[in-house]
Amino acid sequence: MVTQITSFGRSGLYDWMMQRVSAIVLSLYTVFIIGYLVMNPELTYDQWSALFEATWMRIFTLMTLLSIGVHSWIGLWSISTDYLKATGVRFFFQSLCGLAMFVYITWGVQVLWGL
Amino acid sequence: MIDHSIDKNGVRVVNKKRPVNLDIATISMPVTAIVSILHRVTGVILFVGLAFLFYAFDLSLDSQEGFDQVVNALQTSFIAKFIIWGVVSALMYHFVAGIKHLFMDIGYFEELESGQLAAKANLVIAAILILVVGVWIW
Repeated sequence: MVTQITSFGRSGLYDWMMQRVSAIVLSLYTVFIIGYLVMNPELTYDQWSALFEATWMRIFTLMTLLSIGVHSWIGLWSISTDYLKATGVRFFFQSLCGLAMFVYITWGVQVLWGL
Repeated sequence: MIDHSIDKNGVRVVNKKRPVNLDIATISMPVTAIVSILHRVTGVILFVGLAFLFYAFDLSLDSQEGFDQVVNALQTSFIAKFIIWGVVSALMYHFVAGIKHLFMDIGYFEELESGQLAAKANLVIAAILILVVGVWIW
């Protein structure tokens, strides 16, 4: 039995709920972006950068970035506690995942506000 | 096998010492299990594949030249097309399996027959979406 001090919200029920809330955000963003690209086959740079300059799109995208962090942490945490039984190995894997998530979120924020 | 016990307040609690077997090589893999493990596999692929999406996202918003580079790569480079197809395919599968999961949360597809049917539907719908995405990219 793995001691659950590394779970996202220190509670299985909270993680369960956050996994679903973030899933809804990620699915809405997926549908939006794919729909946008399908409906704009002749997309230009001006159109594309104007989209990400809009406040609502920055809110939507930042919400998605944070959801990526939460959702992938809970998912990869579950997988690592199932298959990586050695504490050191699991800690190393979870540290790498945590670092990658932090990099993704920071990178995304920089792209969004670096325009 | 007793997997519940009664605590001092008379509440039935799950016995946490239940035996657990997660060794994929030794457990049988019915269609529902295959659909479930693929949900995990595509999740891991997406986490790694995100690096490519972030790179393209960054470049596309960096400048007109960067945007053109991304568009050009996606129109002419086989490797770029293959990577984006792979990542979007993983996303399509993960998306469909996630929706199935949400239906199971609210009580559907929990019987053997409906569960197997939903798992097969998951595979078929995801395969169709992956083909459509391939056609869209190429």
